[in-house]
Amino acid sequence: MSVRLSTGGRLIDRATEISFSFNGARLKGYAGDTLASALLGSDQMLVGRSFKYHRPRGIVASGAEEPNALVNMGEGARFEPNQRATTTELFAGLSATSQNHWPSLEFDVGALNAKLSRFLPAGFYYKMFIHPRSFWKHVYEPFIRQSAGLGRAPDSEDADSYEHFHLHTDVVVVGGGIAGLLAARAAAVTGAKVLLMEQTAHWGGRAPVDGGLVDGQPVGDYIDALVRELSEMPNVTLRLRCMASGVYDHGYLLGYERVRDHQPGAPGPRHRLWRVRAKQIVTATGAIERPLSFAGNDVPGVMLASAVRDYLVNYAVSAGKRVIVATNNDDGYRTAIALKQAGQEVLRILDARETGGGALMAEARRLGIRIDCGRAIGKVSGGKRVKKVQICAYAGAGGALEEVACDAVAMSGGWSPVVHLWSHCGGKLTWDAEQAYFRPDATRAPTGADGQPYVVPAGSANGVMMLDAICGDAVEAGRAAAKAAGYKLKKAAAIEAEPAPETPIEPVWMMPRDARVQLRMKAWLDYQNDVKVSDVQLAAREGYESVEHTKRYTTLGMATDQGKLSNINGLATLADALGAEIPAVGTTTFRPPYTPISMGAIGGEARGAVFQPLRRTAMHGWHEKNGADWEPVGHWRRPYAFARSGESVHDAVMREVKNTRENVGLLDASTLGKILVKGPDAGKFLDLLYTNMMSSLKPGKCRYGLMCNENGFLVDDGVVARIDDETFLCHTTTGGADRIHAHMEEWLQTEWWDMQVYAANLTEQYAQVAVVGPKARMLLEKLGGMDVSAETFPFMTWQDGTLGGFDVRAYRISFSGELSYEIAVPTAQGLAFWEALVAAGKEFGIMPYGTEALHIMRAEKGFIMIGDETDGTIIPQDLGLNWAISKKKEDFLGKRAQERAHMTDPNRWKLVGLETLDGAVLPDGAYAVAEGVNPNGQRNTQGRVTSTYYSPTLCKGIAMGLVLKGPERMGEVIEFPGTDGTVFKARIVDPVFYDKDGEKQNV
Amino acid sequence: MLTLECPYCGVMADETELTAGGEAHLKRFGPGSSDEDFEAYLFERENPKGVHFERWRHSHGCGKWFHAARNTMTLEVYGTYPAQTSEPPVEIRNKISGIAPGWSWRLFK
Ligand SMILES: [Zn+2]
Repeated sequence: MSVRLSTGGRLIDRATEISFSFNGARLKGYAGDTLASALLGSDQMLVGRSFKYHRPRGIVASGAEEPNALVNMGEGARFEPNQRATTTELFAGLSATSQNHWPSLEFDVGALNAKLSRFLPAGFYYKMFIHPRSFWKHVYEPFIRQSAGLGRAPDSEDADSYEHFHLHTDVVVVGGGIAGLLAARAAAVTGAKVLLMEQTAHWGGRAPVDGGLVDGQPVGDYIDALVRELSEMPNVTLRLRCMASGVYDHGYLLGYERVRDHQPGAPGPRHRLWRVRAKQIVTATGAIERPLSFAGNDVPGVMLASAVRDYLVNYAVSAGKRVIVATNNDDGYRTAIALKQAGQEVLRILDARETGGGALMAEARRLGIRIDCGRAIGKVSGGKRVKKVQICAYAGAGGALEEVACDAVAMSGGWSPVVHLWSHCGGKLTWDAEQAYFRPDATRAPTGADGQPYVVPAGSANGVMMLDAICGDAVEAGRAAAKAAGYKLKKAAAIEAEPAPETPIEPVWMMPRDARVQLRMKAWLDYQNDVKVSDVQLAAREGYESVEHTKRYTTLGMATDQGKLSNINGLATLADALGAEIPAVGTTTFRPPYTPISMGAIGGEARGAVFQPLRRTAMHGWHEKNGADWEPVGHWRRPYAFARSGESVHDAVMREVKNTRENVGLLDASTLGKILVKGPDAGKFLDLLYTNMMSSLKPGKCRYGLMCNENGFLVDDGVVARIDDETFLCHTTTGGADRIHAHMEEWLQTEWWDMQVYAANLTEQYAQVAVVGPKARMLLEKLGGMDVSAETFPFMTWQDGTLGGFDVRAYRISFSGELSYEIAVPTAQGLAFWEALVAAGKEFGIMPYGTEALHIMRAEKGFIMIGDETDGTIIPQDLGLNWAISKKKEDFLGKRAQERAHMTDPNRWKLVGLETLDGAVLPDGAYAVAEGVNPNGQRNTQGRVTSTYYSPTLCKGIAMGLVLKGPERMGEVIEFPGTDGTVFKARIVDPVFYDKDGEKQNV
Repeated sequence: MLTLECPYCGVMADETELTAGGEAHLKRFGPGSSDEDFEAYLFERENPKGVHFERWRHSHGCGKWFHAARNTMTLEVYGTYPAQTSEPPVEIRNKISGIAPGWSWRLFK
């Protein structure tokens, strides 16, 4: 059992007891504990169930590499899943629950999956998809639904706030261990601006736990003095609880600072995302110990030897009272020695090396610990906690020589440098066969905008593992970074650390070396994703030779592990199965973030009202007060309809259409794009942009135009007004204003830069109101000012003048088929003008109308809508708009593309009107079926609905759609199956349903 | 996340200020061109490991389009220059030759 010792613990404050809960049970820890140390201190060895097989799992590690102890934290608005117990600082009232179990952690039904494990081999997800559909529905899907995913999603809005922080600096040092601190100081003394980040709440990293002397002082004291010195330097910024999550192009680095995780509810942001541009980055990210791959290496109580030591020294928590240490290197002995010195029983050190280790072995022997060389763990048994260990010869298949009862196993498979940040932006690795790890290859560093390296590894992250060498390497790294950032170096005094030579490691990738299959099937490589030695071997047998493919096939090293614990053991197993060398197999790609960062931190301040700025017209407030039901259009909100009290939105829309057709309606058209195109070559330019001729338009006149891209597809439409010889005002769709302005700029700047034209987006400079309906003219005449008669102000012209005392520019254009004036006033006058119209229009029965009434009226007239009738694959010819495509012009954007074979295919679907036989409304997007089936067994299709409405004018459903040879099939009835089994029968008709001759708009 | 200098306003712009515009120095083929030329103009793009010429727009800055000569592998930026040209300036080509002798990209060397 794990236990809190009565003395020791360098990071805990025994005077401050902290109460917390785990799965509802009240437990106690101390200030300074992590959740993991407090759980172990309370003998809570079982902390979760595994992802696939729901096997009982305990704490394995003491830091960010922990694969198992992921818990749900908090409740309600502060609930968050997948929090690592090892990196969660304990606070009063902390409430955590374990994941992946049902109904309880102790008794879990899903553990039956473990019994089914032979049906869940490597590549399970891949293999599953080749089975028939019925298997998927009845067998696989229920299984996956039950077991997929870690934790559960929060169900209420996050109560905390988050922020982004931008910084430019000379040098960022990542990692606040002895190497990071020394590198930071070496860089800072040159005058460079330095930011030092440490992911935990403490400076010093492993060194104070492992011990040693630096410049004659105990390393812990040396570190304290170093931190004091750095904190007094004005050019140094120190940040604890701040993890560098990723290194990106050109010295960009993201830092993730957990400002208030240890003080929930305290004022200020919970997390801060540091968005840093650094000239140089020093990665002093340390190393991670590797597990050993023996059967039962996932039983709670089996832990990394370094973690056992951390819990003991830092928190006075012993992983067990009777411990077995298994190792293949000298460092494992440190754990045995620490345990023994703390009064715990170390039953055995099993050293896989035939001749054992060096000075540390001698020290352990001196303390009276039994050491068996050439021995290994055959199997650990125990279920929910370690009960016994079978000991076998390392060089063998696992025949048990002895069985020993114990309550914890400390394993050390050697160390791997943390190379994630080095690798994120292209830094390459080299295999160090002697030390058995990948380390950064200094000759292939990530390079920046100047082509020079900008990441410098330091200390154990650079593959330098001994304290004396680490100190020298770190100082060199700090100096190199400062120099590369442009600072002058001065001579620095060498740092003296006590050398502690070690005997070389013997790589152990499977324990015992020739473990039989029953053992390999219980030897875990990746705890988090439940990948075993046998899975990787199976993948190799099935032909997966690339490590990237094997990763995806087996899920090894995926998710939050990112290869921290599983990577090297997995690669080595694959290499062995393929009969290849480890460096020939290579590594998988390390991707940011190093450990998961919160969605809140990524979003920062951008949430709620500031997530996306809202664009408001001058009349927005009026609409709000008058019952607008909003519709988002681009970044704008437009009234969908103005519902009166007691009226449904649908009824409001019907009323608005009827009233506009019978009396007069008002539409806020301010959001439509208004782009001024001006210059001697403006006409020539617009002739290239629009499919029709614009240069021939006379000043004072308006013309409807279509714009296509170079692929020939329709991208926007609108009315162009010619203001004078050199000036045009181009109206675009609401959503198209910025896009079309950018489109004009692109062609002007990058292709036709010799043209004398400029384009200015005036959309927000004008408020625009459409006054629409048979009584529109009477209303404007009542306001008084400009002559709005049919004779002086005919259809498709525009005029400047005044109306009711307002300076206006009025366009006689119509998107509804009614008599219509679109009137622009300066934005500041928009609301006053609108209110003047509303007041004057009372006697004519004026009502505002929204976008849905606009849509219905345009559909009744057969007018197309960009985004409804078009979807990025539609050319004007599909929509019967040939009349708007100039045959005289030599060139316009899209002309050449519209001559391509597929575009001139007579079998392209073409626009028609559709009228159901019973007057029902066709479902939007419905497909018309044709005879026969396609190769997938689906019905063939011959058309689809693009717009469909109930027309209150015609009292029936009307629709537009694209149909195979549609215009040649007038009167024919085709069938549109709905999604609920009903079949709609519709007749192909002319798309103009209302006022076919256009008499009403041209009065 | 690249940093590129806008040759118009001189700002060292973060990639978030910029809009990527694909390959630079495309020759437009319009009406009268062959199917092959037009298809190549519309769809065929270089995807080099190494020296590349791209179009960028300083869209959240001065709004101008410019070209960047850079290396897609080392992320080195050889230079940026205004978009009103159909070929890379000679000084940038010489600079690339100094760093990556023997380079070639489309018609340029
Ligand atoms: Zn600029």
